[in-house]
Parts: sequence; structure tokens; C-alpha cells
Amino acid sequence: MDSNQLFNLTTIVYFAAMVIYFIYIASRNNKIALAGTLVTLLGFLMQTAALGLRWYESYQILGEDGRAPLTNLYESVVFFAWSTVLIYLIIDYKYKQRTIGAFVIPIALFSMLWAQMSLHAGIDPLVPALQSNWLTYHVITCFLGYAGFAVACGVSIMYLMKIGKEEKHQGDQPMGGILGLFPSTRILDDLNYKAIMVGFPLLTLGIITGAAWANYAWGTYWSWDPKETWSLIVWFIYAAFIHARFTRGWVGRRAAWLSIIGFAATLFCYLGVNLVLSGLHSYGSGG
Amino acid sequence: MTDKTKSPIDRTWDFLCSLKLTIILLLLLAVTSIIGTVLQQNAPAAEYIREYGESNYKLFVSLQFTDMYHSFWFIGILALFSVNLICCSIKNFPRVWKFVREPMLVASSGILKGSANRTEIETAEAPAEAARHLSTVLKKEFGSSTLTEADGKLYLFAQKGIYSRFGAYITHLSILIVMAGAIIGNLWGYKAYVNIIEGTSTDQVVSRSSREPIDLGFTVRCDDFDVSYYPNSMRPKDYNSDLVVLEDGVEILRKRIEVNDPLTYKGITFYQSSYGPAGNPILKLQAKNNATGETADVTVQQGRFAQVADGYSVAVTNFVENDRNFGPAAGLIVSDPAGKQSAPFPVWQRFADLDTKRNGTFTFTLVSFDMPQYTGLQVAKDPGVNIVWLGCFLMIFGSMSAFFFSHKRVWACIEETPKGSQIVIAANAHRNQPGFALAFEELQQKIENDFKNSSQQKEG
Repeated sequence: MDSNQLFNLTTIVYFAAMVIYFIYIASRNNKIALAGTLVTLLGFLMQTAALGLRWYESYQILGEDGRAPLTNLYESVVFFAWSTVLIYLIIDYKYKQRTIGAFVIPIALFSMLWAQMSLHAGIDPLVPALQSNWLTYHVITCFLGYAGFAVACGVSIMYLMKIGKEEKHQGDQPMGGILGLFPSTRILDDLNYKAIMVGFPLLTLGIITGAAWANYAWGTYWSWDPKETWSLIVWFIYAAFIHARFTRGWVGRRAAWLSIIGFAATLFCYLGVNLVLSGLHSYGSGG
Repeated sequence: MTDKTKSPIDRTWDFLCSLKLTIILLLLLAVTSIIGTVLQQNAPAAEYIREYGESNYKLFVSLQFTDMYHSFWFIGILALFSVNLICCSIKNFPRVWKFVREPMLVASSGILKGSANRTEIETAEAPAEAARHLSTVLKKEFGSSTLTEADGKLYLFAQKGIYSRFGAYITHLSILIVMAGAIIGNLWGYKAYVNIIEGTSTDQVVSRSSREPIDLGFTVRCDDFDVSYYPNSMRPKDYNSDLVVLEDGVEILRKRIEVNDPLTYKGITFYQSSYGPAGNPILKLQAKNNATGETADVTVQQGRFAQVADGYSVAVTNFVENDRNFGPAAGLIVSDPAGKQSAPFPVWQRFADLDTKRNGTFTFTLVSFDMPQYTGLQVAKDPGVNIVWLGCFLMIFGSMSAFFFSHKRVWACIEETPKGSQIVIAANAHRNQPGFALAFEELQQKIENDFKNSSQQKEG
């Protein structure tokens, strides 16, 4: 079996996990929720194995020029899915709030579908500009950061769905319907903050490793290239989020919206810049 | 004091310290930064005029949009942001320092009654015993506590993560350090470039901003430039230049640089950046006199004549590295001693014998060729870069301690009652209150259970 087939299987398993989480929301059976998490874990392990296999395959194909599978758009989308599932599983382990799975696993699933169906998956040798150990550190930190923001965005959507109903809801008895199954708005708000708190330092590290690399490769740690600038825009937005939150109790709706706007900016930084604008990272778009 | 009674200076100070200003500036920086990613920066005027029209171009120039990250208004926002950072720190630091110097061992009634996280426990235990009991539970679940007696009541105080209060200051300081490093780099460093033709040397580079030459203070020679390819493909694997640093003609340093592996000497770094052809190819030919059988080596650059022998000379009219997959080929003409030129004829490196069929005075063979190239180097001197890295390190260190830890404090007041004692517990965290509220609920549960269990044990 090659890594590509294993990634295909992973995609199918994530699809199954998503369906199971949807069934959980419909049936409210906690055993089904646990099954959803176990299937997600299975998919995650398969994807980890596939990443390792692809790394190994790169040495088979390129000999001494093999490298970590973090070098083009296809590989970055796959890694983004992996990071998102990783962050979700950590949150699942700590908080056991499995409805979140129904909102986060689709993000990973669609990433995998997009990568497997329409992106160039070949293992090509690296252009000279990318031959650096900084590449690995830079990509890992950036994408774990992006994954944190993705989870925060999913949780924020749940928050906004729930808070509207909760405010109208009267009485002490628990809320009915799907929303009753969601974690309380207080927990969702807290998870939003926690996921961003994980994402923000990672993004900071990602920007710093990128700057360090640029300085080593070109002698300029910052050149206001569109990708750099957009990563800084994302950084500014989440910095504003954190400051608003830290000291002024800017919790709830506005925090949720800022988190969603932040993730939209993240997506633009990741994909929009390559597809719409031009700059130093243009090699990321062709794959 | 209300706003109306404050002096303008105080109000300005409050404005510069305010967190509202921080948030506004951060969002303003985020929004304005977009402009420079959509509108190309530092392009020639003609390009803007072609794309956006003359009047729009004038507008861009007046708003400094064509180099917006160095515009007065953008730097102004950054400067105001720095002032905001500094003012916030000056305002808040003494307060934070007080937390370290004078921890509040005895909770005020405001804390005990008004805290969002509070609970009351009734127990049959006497105050001293209850205090010991609570102190044990706290030590296990939270942290060690200090006992103080005041007004006939017992007070417990425990805290965790006080250093995290400094994380924010370290992070803020780190941003200022990064900015300082960037300013130093801009004032005392430069970005430049230089093209060196293989075999030649230079002691000057050209500034990228002013296009003025800059003296290096030493000499750099490029011995060779080449492109290496991945096996069995035309994909470039690396661009390499053999550079030599010379001072007063003495070789000091030698390095084969490549992309992602520069050469640094005396704080000046040379980065492989581009390459290109430098002049016409130089060919090595062998000329065999068909009458005598004597051979002569001739080196000739395309477009020039070179002496062969006996008054004959040869010139290269054109050269291709690959002629229809037959490999390197050159077009030659020969000039006889009388100055009469032959018709052009071809020679191929791989088919050396073909020229014998021409039956000229000489038979030419293409031995080798050299395409002279220049290597394009980016040259940077940045005395501020290590300060920037120091700032980055502090930023990571500071933000980690600020994000993942918060200063959490728990107070307890134990008062004697006819039935035993009443314990009031209050707690707060200096940030992430919702998160701490959840943690406090857990702590509260554990404390209550512990007291309940021990009273049950006594009853049973």
C-alpha cells in the first residue's frame, strides 16, 4: 500500500467519523459519541502512518534528497487536516464534549477531500529555495497554529448557534433539541479562548521561524511580502482578541465573531494569498 | 474622580494607557496592512498609471500607498502603538510589583462577599481545626497557604503562578526590542546587491534603496558559478558560487555558497540570489593543419578573431549549446593570410571528424566551451538582527508564561459559630476568568466533599 491509498482510507474514516457524530447528535446516545471519537482516533493514526510512509517514500524516490512531507500545497492541506484532528482529539480528551466533533471533523474531512481529489500529490524534488531545515519548523508551527484557530472557529459557530436559543429559553429544565446537547455556552466560550491561546503562540513561532529562515536565505527577516503581511494581519486580529478578552471581559458573542473573522483571515493568509495575490510564497500554489 | 475634574494631561495619559486604544490600534494595523498586499508596493509610476489611471495614482502618492509600510501614517500608528505599550507598562507595573511585595494575606470583606468565585461551608470543626483541615486540602488541590489571625478570625491565603503577571510585560518589552532592532538595522545596516562575473572580483556593492555604491572594505572574488541538477532531470537542485574573500590581496576565506547557505564576513553576508550570462561564449578549438598534421589549440570568444597559425585566423559566428539534440555546435569562418574570409561552416563537439570532409587548410574540432556567467548576490549588513532575535525569544518566553499560566489566588476566612465554624472561600484569577470559574467549581467540590466526608466519618 502506498501513502496515497492510505490517505484515501483516512479520508473515508474521517467521513465515517463525521457521520457517527451526526448520528450522535440525532440519537443522543453517548456510546455513539465514544464510537465517533474512536473512529476519529483511528483515522488520525492512519493519517500519521500515511505521513510517515510518505516521508519514507520520498527517500525511495529521491534518494538522499528525501524530505518531510511539508513542502507543497497538497502536503500542507493534508498536514492542516492532521493538525486540526490532533487539536480536536486533545480537546476531546480533556473536555469530553463530543458534539464539537460534528463541527471540527468536517473541516479536516473537506481538507482531505480537496487534497486527495484535486491537488497534485506527486513527490517532487525541492527547488533550491525550499532546501532548508527551517522549512519543517516553519510549516509545523504555522499549521498547528492554523489548526488551533480552526477549532476555535468551529466552537464559535456552535456558541453563536446556542446563545441565541439560550437567551430566548425560559425556565430551569434543560434545553431540548440538538442545541441542548451542545456544551454550555460558558464552556464553548472558554474553549474558543483556549484554542486561540494554543494557536496564537504557535502562529507567533511560525512567523518568527519564517523570519529567521528568510534572514538566512535572503538576508531580510521581513520584507512586507503579501504572505508575511497577512500572517501579521492574522496576528493583529488574535492579539486584539486576546487583549479584549484578558482585561475587559469581552466574552461571548463578540469574542465568537472575532474568532470567526480571525479564522477567515487565516484561511486567506493560507490559501487566498497564493491563489489571489503574488509574492515570495508563490511556489505554494502550484504544488 | 470623574472625567470632568481631570486635567487634560491626565486625560491624555489615561487615553494613552487605555486598553481600548490597544485594541483599536491592533485592528487598525490589521485593516490598513491589507492595502499593501492588494496594491503592489514600490512599482514604477507607469505601472500604477496604466492599471489605475493618472488621478488615482496621484491619490496613491499623496496617501503614500505605493510604499505604505514606510509611510508617515503607518509608522505613526506603529509609534502610537509603542507609546501605548510603554504607557500601559508604566501604569500597571507598580501594581503588579505590589502583588509580589505585599500579598494580600487577609481578604477584605469586598473579596469575601463580592467575588464571582465564592462558597460558604458550615462545619462542626473548631476554627483552628477547620483551618488546618482546609490548608491540607488546599495544599493537595491548589497550593500551600499562609495562615493569618486578625479580628478574632482566621485567614488563609494561597496563590499560584504569580510570575505569569510578568509574562505580559516581557511580551510587550519584546515587541519594543524587535522594533528597536529593526530601527538599528535600518540606520546602520544596508541591503545591497552585486553581480560578479566568474573569475572577477569586486570591492563594492550597490545599495538597493539608493542605487549608490557601497565600499565593502574588502574584496570578494567569484571563482565559479554553476547550476547543479537533480539526477536524470532538468530540475535545478542548487545554484552555487565559489566565493573568495580577500584583504590586501591575501585570501582570507573561501566558501561555496548556495541558496539557503550564505557567506558572512565582518558582519556582511552574501546570499546566492540570481545568475545570468555575462558576455559571449568562449570556445576552445583544436586546429589541425591538413598539410603538415600539426595541431594548434585556439581559444576564441564568439564575435572575435583569433590567430590559428601561418597568418590564418578563425572567428565564431554563432554558438548553440544543443543543436537539434546533436549537442554543442559552433559556426566558424576562417580568414586566410590575404584577409579573404571563408563561408561559414559548422563544427559539432560530438562529431569531431565531420570537418575533415570540408577539405580546408585546417580541420577544426570543438574541444570545449565556456559560457561566462555572473552570479547575482544579495548583500546584507544588519547590526540589529541579533537584537531582533533577542526580542523574538523574549516574545515566545513571555507569551507562553502569560498565556498558559495565570495568577490565581484563594482566600478563606474562618469564623467561629455556635455549631463550630463557618468558612468563606473566595478566589480569583487575574485573567481567563471563565476558565478559572470552571477550575474553582472543581476545587470547591473537592473541598466540600472533603469536609462532608470527614464529618460523616466522625458521626459514624
